[in-house]
Amino acid sequence: MHIGDFKETYASDQAVFINATSRFWLGILFALLLIFPFVAGDYLLFMANLAGITIIGAVGLNILTGFAGLISLGHAAFIGVGGYTAAILSTRFDLPFLLCLPLSGLMAAFFGIIVGGPSLRLKGLYLCIATLAAQLILEFIFVHWESMTGGIRGMNISPPQIFGYVLDNDFKFYFVTLIMVILCVTFARNLFRTRVGRAFIAIRDRDISAELMGINLLRYKTYAFALSSFLAGISGCLWVNFLKNITPEHFPLLESVRYLAMIIVGGMGSILGSILGAIFMTIVPEVISTILGFLVNIFPTAMSFLFPLQQVIFGLLIVIFLVFEPHGLAEIWRRIKNYFHLWPFEH
Amino acid sequence: MKILSIDNVSLSFGGLKVLSDVSFDVNQGEIFAIIGPNGAGKTSILNIISGFYHPEKGKVFFKGNDLAHVHADKRAAMGMGRTFQNIALYHGMSVLDNIKLGAHSHLKTGLMSALWYWGAAHREEMELRKKIEEDIIDFLEIESIRNHLVSALAYGLQKRVELARALAMRPKVLLMDEPVAGMNAEETEDMARFILDIKEEYDITIVLIEHDMKMIMDISDRVLVLNFGQALTQGTPNGLFGTKEIERL
Repeated sequence: MHIGDFKETYASDQAVFINATSRFWLGILFALLLIFPFVAGDYLLFMANLAGITIIGAVGLNILTGFAGLISLGHAAFIGVGGYTAAILSTRFDLPFLLCLPLSGLMAAFFGIIVGGPSLRLKGLYLCIATLAAQLILEFIFVHWESMTGGIRGMNISPPQIFGYVLDNDFKFYFVTLIMVILCVTFARNLFRTRVGRAFIAIRDRDISAELMGINLLRYKTYAFALSSFLAGISGCLWVNFLKNITPEHFPLLESVRYLAMIIVGGMGSILGSILGAIFMTIVPEVISTILGFLVNIFPTAMSFLFPLQQVIFGLLIVIFLVFEPHGLAEIWRRIKNYFHLWPFEH
Repeated sequence: MKILSIDNVSLSFGGLKVLSDVSFDVNQGEIFAIIGPNGAGKTSILNIISGFYHPEKGKVFFKGNDLAHVHADKRAAMGMGRTFQNIALYHGMSVLDNIKLGAHSHLKTGLMSALWYWGAAHREEMELRKKIEEDIIDFLEIESIRNHLVSALAYGLQKRVELARALAMRPKVLLMDEPVAGMNAEETEDMARFILDIKEEYDITIVLIEHDMKMIMDISDRVLVLNFGQALTQGTPNGLFGTKEIERL
């Protein structure tokens, strides 16, 4: 509990971590994230990397869909563009990892701007269909441009290096993922402290009045698409360097839908929501399958019945979430924080 | 001195003639009221001035510039503020952020400096906050709600926040669409006082649409009467009151 928390400057009133308590917990979180790879096993490290890479993608989609209100069904394809760019640049042109990273982001952003072009005229479901078309076209290109993408067999790449230091296991890669997640999340959070982020939200809430308030809709919608797919591209580049291979199967339409589900479960229009949603969607299926695997040991005869249940339980969890917590995990987190705000007193 | 001129403007939606050959001038520093029954075309005129509709015929001049090829967002930057009849605030943002959004075209932060934030963007945000606190929040007496979500506010307060957002645009001309519709007597009085203060203290010219005749008589300098898309007459409120054009409405 904290009291007497007065602000004397506007800067301190508008800080993201507004008091000593929240800064203290942020420090604890960083410490835990740094200790984690030294105590976690291979499996947990693998999952942590995967979750981190997914977080960057989810933050990207949330900027576009949650904040700017432009629904996209093509996010996985943008991640794919980033992944293929990274794979092609590193195998064919021998570019170093640190150069591939921004270039994959820029390539994805370029595709994002092209797909986002119609967004000035299309809204809601119509835009959704336009991005669906982009997803299908890009998927088609991944499969059929065999000379470049390796077609259905995909491509393999060698482990990435940073100044000669080879990132050949999950432990080493963890730190790259961690740094990228921190950078992307910080940049995204900063964005919404300025006029650019406010313009995104204004376009989502009332685009006509936003225009009359002096916001150039074309420019800011383009920004939203470019930024969102830039992060997707970064996520794709990390993905391919982490798994060391890439095939079109990694980026189907279903993956785009999974990203949408992520930000809805986590909380639309919330950076924290994207993080929580991405972790939820990465970790929970694994938890379910672990529990079911445990049950199979006890009831070996129920195996044929229990394994298909994974998907059903996961789907059910999402539905229950949407019914009871439409504002997502971020809202639950806010309530927990509020409860402890005056703890142990009630009012 | 004329700050805004509407010159022979006509507008129709399909076969429906919304405005036919409407002309009027608004002088620097006055409160200009547009009255008329429902469907007379009052809001359409405001929408033409702010660039949301494009007239079929006729021209709009603002500070001497022809606005025919000036896009709506550029008009805002030129100094045209606007409030809406059915409140067009952004419900996902706090009161403070809504007001800050009004200042959009006076800020310079680009995408890159926004992502980085520390430095120029931070300085600009702090200056903006200071200006808004001192000039607008204090003036409109909304200190206590600055961190509330807009959707949680009462109707009268939302109208006031909308006015605050329009003031943050630092307009030369403020277009107000029914600022006191649906308000009780006390709220109406507050709003009328704010409008007069805005004119006096900030030297902002005001074009307003209103049905509250008492308020029109009290605060406006000149009145335009509109019916079925035609300008019936215009003049001072006292000169118009009791004329046959007003009686007919």
